[in-house]
Parts: sequence; C-alpha cells; structure tokens
Amino acid sequence: MDFSLTEQEIMVQKVMRDFTENEIEPIAAEIDETEEFPQKTLEKMQKLGISSLPLPKKYGGSGGNYLAYYLAIEEVAKKCATSSVVLAGSASLCGWPILTFGTEVQKEKYLRPIAEGKIAGGFALTEPGAGSDASMQRTVAELKGDHYIMNGSKCFITGAGVFDVFIIIAMTDKSKKTRGLSAFIVDANTPGFIIGKIENKMGIRGSATGELIFQDMKIPKENLLGKEGEGFHIAMKTLDGGRIAIAAQAVGIAQGAMDAAIQYIHERVQFGRKLKDFQGLQWYIAEMETEINAARNLYYHAAYLKEHGKPYSKESAMAKFFASKTAVFVTNKAVQLHGGYGYMKDYPVERMMRDAKITEIYEGTSEVQKMVIAAHTIKPKL
Amino acid sequence: MTINIAVCIKQVPNTNQVKIDKKTGTLIRKGIKTICNPDDKNAMEEALKLKDKYDDVKITVISMGPSQATEIIKEALAMGADRGILLSDRKFAGSDTLATSTILATALRKIQEKEGLDIIFCGRQAIDGDTAQVGPQIAQHLDLPIISYVQELKYLGEKVQVKRALENGYMQIEAQIPVVLTTISDLNKPRYPHMRRIFDVFGKNPVIPVETWTADDLPDLDNTQIGLNGSPTRVIKTYTPDRTFKGEILEGETAHVAHILIESLKQKQIL
Ligand SMILES: Cc1cc2nc3c(=O)[nH]c(=O)nc-3n(C[C@H](O)[C@H](O)[C@H](O)COP(=O)(O)OP(=O)(O)OC[C@H]3O[C@@H](n4cnc5c(N)ncnc54)[C@H](O)[C@@H]3O)c2cc1C
Repeated sequence: MDFSLTEQEIMVQKVMRDFTENEIEPIAAEIDETEEFPQKTLEKMQKLGISSLPLPKKYGGSGGNYLAYYLAIEEVAKKCATSSVVLAGSASLCGWPILTFGTEVQKEKYLRPIAEGKIAGGFALTEPGAGSDASMQRTVAELKGDHYIMNGSKCFITGAGVFDVFIIIAMTDKSKKTRGLSAFIVDANTPGFIIGKIENKMGIRGSATGELIFQDMKIPKENLLGKEGEGFHIAMKTLDGGRIAIAAQAVGIAQGAMDAAIQYIHERVQFGRKLKDFQGLQWYIAEMETEINAARNLYYHAAYLKEHGKPYSKESAMAKFFASKTAVFVTNKAVQLHGGYGYMKDYPVERMMRDAKITEIYEGTSEVQKMVIAAHTIKPKL
Repeated sequence: MTINIAVCIKQVPNTNQVKIDKKTGTLIRKGIKTICNPDDKNAMEEALKLKDKYDDVKITVISMGPSQATEIIKEALAMGADRGILLSDRKFAGSDTLATSTILATALRKIQEKEGLDIIFCGRQAIDGDTAQVGPQIAQHLDLPIISYVQELKYLGEKVQVKRALENGYMQIEAQIPVVLTTISDLNKPRYPHMRRIFDVFGKNPVIPVETWTADDLPDLDNTQIGLNGSPTRVIKTYTPDRTFKGEILEGETAHVAHILIESLKQKQIL
C-alpha cells in the first residue's frame, strides 16, 4: 500500500499553500463579514487552472488527477471555507457530469469554457419540498418541439446570481417518479431564469446561496444531459464525487482550526504555564489529530477508488460523513482551547466553527450519508 | 525574431528557518526546506512578462547546484520557462562566487553561441550568501553591460530602459542588448505556476525534462578556475553576533509608561 503523494500532487499542495496564504487568507474574515462573493479569488483560481484541475487537457482543463484537486480544496479550506466551496463547485458538480454524460457538442460548448476558466458552473437539485428526498421534484420540463419549457424553482443553490451555467434536475415524466427525472444544462442568462432570494447564512457566508426560479424557461432540446429519465442517476453519481470534495473541504477546515489552536496554546499562559503543557488539553489535541488523520485517509481512499475506476459511492459517503463530523468536533474544540478569545471574531476559529457545520448538511446530510453507507453495507442477502 | 532570455536561479535554504551551528560556525542545513531564491523569482517573472507581451520569446532557466536543485528548475518551468538546464558536477562543489560565475558564464556562452542571448536575468542576491556578486561577475566574464537593482524595465528592441533602485531614489539607465540585469523584489510580483504545467513538468514522464550539464558539456571550462580549488575566497567563520544590549520593560499605568517611554526616546535622540 503506497501512502505517498506523487511529485505533482506535492507540488500542487505547495503552490496551493502559497496561493492560499497570499491570496485567500487575507480576505477570509472580510468576506465572511460582508458576505461578498469572492469573485476575484475565483478568477485567480480559474486563470491558474485550479478550478479545472481534474478536467482533461483535451477540453482545456489542467489534466491533473482528482486527488490533486481535492488536495487543493483542502489547502484553501484551511484558511477560507467560502473560497473552497467556490472551488469545489465548478469542476465536480458541473464539469464532471458534462464530461461523463455529455455529448461532444455539449462538451465543446460548456465543458471547455468551464475548463478554460472562462465561466463557472453550479448544480441545482434541491427544492423547498425536495431536500433529502430529492425524488420529490416539482420543477417540470415539458418537451415542445425542439425545446423544453421549464417551470418551477430551486432553493439553497450555491452560486445563485454568480455562476454562469447550472445543471438543473427537473421532472420530464411524472408517472415514472425518479425515472421520470432529467438533467439539463442551462445558461443562467436564459430568459425566464430568475434569481430569487439570496440567503443570509451561518457560515460560508461569501458563497452566494439562493433561490432559482424558472418561468416558462425555454431550454434547447440539445441541452438535455444524458437521456430523458437519467436525471436522478446523473444527480446521484455527481454527488458521489462531490462528496469527496466536501470531505476534503471538511478536513481542511478542521486542519485550519487545529493549526490555529496549536499556535494559540503555545502562546497563552494560565496558572503560570503555557496551555500546551496541561495534559487535559493535550488529550484534546491527540483526539483532534487522530480524527483529522482518519478523515483524511478516508477521503484519500475514496479519491483513489474514483481515480482507479472502482466503485466509490459508499467510500465517498463515509469520507463525507466522518470528515464533516470531524470538522464540527475539531473546530468546536479549537474554540474551546481559545477560551473567550475563541468566541471573538478577532480569532479565525470563531468563523471556522460556523463554517464547519455546512459540511454535515449539503450534498446530502449526515443522515443521508448513513443511509447510503447502510444500504451498501446491509446488502439484500448474502 | 526570437528574443532569447536566460534566467539564472539558485536553490537556497529558507532562511526563515536557518540556524547557525555554534560549534562549527556553519549553517545547519539539515531538515531545512529549500526554496528558489526570492529575487530570482522576480527575475523569472520579468522574463515571463516579456514572454506574455511578445510572440516569440524563449526563456532558458539555468542553475548550478546539486541534483536536488532540479526542483526549482521544474518550478521555473512550471511558471512558464521553455527550457531548464542544471549545471551539476562534483568538480563544481565548493565554488565561491567567482568560480560559480565562471561556470554559469561558460554555460551561458555556450547557449549564446548556439542561439544567441538578448537578456540575462539574475536575482540581485541570494539570501544564503547575500553577496550580490554573481550577476555582475557573469557580465564581466561575458563582457556585457550590466544593470543591477532593476526596479522597472522597458524592453525597446535594440536596447533596454531601466529604473535602477538607489537608496533614496532611482537612476534611469539605458543599455544596448545583450545585457545582464539583476532584479529586486520591487520589480514585480512573481506568478504562481499554472496547474497544467505542474502536470507537464513534474512527475515520471515530464513533457519538458530538465537537462543536466556536467563539466564535460562545458569543454571551455578551465578546471583550475572552478570548485574549491578555483575559489579565491573562503568562508572562515559564520557566527551570530552576541547581543550585548538588553531590552528594558516598563511597567505601571499606561499613561505613566508612555511618558517614560517618550522621555527616554527623546534622551536617545530617537524622537
Ligand atoms: C449553504 C448551502 C448550500 C447548498 N448548495 C446547494 C446546491 O448548490 N445545490 C443543491 O441542489 N442543493 C444545495 N443545498 C441544499 C442541501 O443539499 C440540502 O439543504 C440538504 O440536502 C438537506 O435538505 P433539506 O434542507 O431540505 O433538509 P431535510 O431533508 O428537510 O432534512 C431535515 C433533517 O431531517 C433529516 N432527514 C430527512 N430525511 C430523513 C430520513 N429519511 N431519515 C433520517 N433523517 C432524515 C435530515 O438529515 C436533516 O437532519 C445547499 C444547502 C446549503 C445550506
């Protein structure tokens, strides 16, 4: 078993560390406060081929591997969870399904500009009545001649009002339930594509989460992704990969909080000793460190399986489930180690603790991950 | 017509972490991360800016050092250089600045004779030695004009126009090309490598492999002028000066402390 990273992966990690320290860390607290979407950061990541790290060169991507991409997400998340969501979106939630299920024409038209960093893409599945139970889609797309007419709405969509293109899941045949769902590639500037409410959030506050409303929106027939009825399958497969990215993000958030905590306990003195010298606190550190490493190994393993063309639905669910729990646990403890100072916005752990929570919710809640894990583990019969 | 540029870069220990062994008086290099010398990255960036601006620019990065120095050459290739050459040979070990510049200049001359060289960039100085000698020495060896401390550069085809930093201002200088320029950090902000190039340059089957030249590839090299024996200077001792002065900690009411502080700063004629 080879646990070492390749020369390329190490280099990606190193460059991303520099990039994060110089370009991202300085704005992290500010975009949390102002809720401003980090457009400039996104553009920098696009220009350097970071946001298209795993996409093939053939379409203008960086031609890297998935693990390198997840490593980049982890590095960014150490300092700014918002910026890491922005990075996690385009390639894995929009680029990947087009690459995997799209026609050559769709790839040229949408994947190429995403890979070349000219546009950014999102993924819209969730609806007010269809959260964990994504099958309850109310958004409808009806075929009329050479185009579909879409009506309905989506909520909590990352990149609303910012991203240029979305994969949208909608019902094309109600009688078939989940087999009646289809996926579409939709330009955000299509007439009838309306941006609704932008949410005010607990964490990842700069990431623009909002409502998308579709009113008699005309979508060319050729923008159907895959076949009619494949929408649910495409959505679930997309989330399988997306979850590894979220696991990497969660590990990054946890590691960032850990780093801050370690620094703090080296400095703070109480009872005449540095905090680091209290055994009671050392035990926190030991637990935090163990969990972070376990979480990291889980996402590395899921990435390995994905890269080697092996099934990874269960492993990506386990990675996300465990890593998000770790992020919540570690950031909480990091605040604890800071005492009252950790509760203040002057220290980054305050933000990290708020940011961590989202990793237990989006791309399937922890409960949903457990459903996936259990379903794979408890097979129908032996 | 191709603009041919060479950039000389050096791998150095990350001096933020370097300590001196009090017993032997040498740098403790063990476990210390190495980096590309910061001023050299500015040199690299300036070359890349020319490449951005003009259609036909070829950048060759060149470094003398042990095989580990391929690391920074790859980094420079990932930033956008076209060709990378490592000058590495046992015979080069122990070279001081003069011997180093002799070796670099010999390699540069070889490139110059084959494809021409319009600009040779060096960083102003390396953070491990801080001598700032190698750039000017290369110019001397190659009998080229040199402008050091470049803080702004305009390339005008036949010549360059440069703002050369001084302690409290700058000089405006022009020079004919070919020319040697040494760069400072005010000149630009070095770019990050593009991810695609990382995958092209690093790894098992790089698209642009680093070339290694040994002494055999430089037949013009005079063996008496290189390595430890060809080095007229020696570092006899490196040490950290003992701090004989002590800080004073003022205690008490803020206003009172501030008052004492101002008074003593006035006494020392700092205020
Ligand atoms: C910041 C943010 C960004 C988001 N970005 C996107 C995006 O880009 N695209 C997108 O499509 N969606 C996005 N979402 C939506 C997200 O994926 C959903 O919020 C999530 O799937 C949960 O759905 P829900 O909010 O409707 O909760 P519900 O499904 O109503 O869940 C409520 C609670 O009940 C639990 N629960 C539900 N069913 C079961 C069950 N059968 N067994 C046990 N427990 C259960 C859940 O786990 C949860 O704890 C985003 C959400 C947020 C907050």
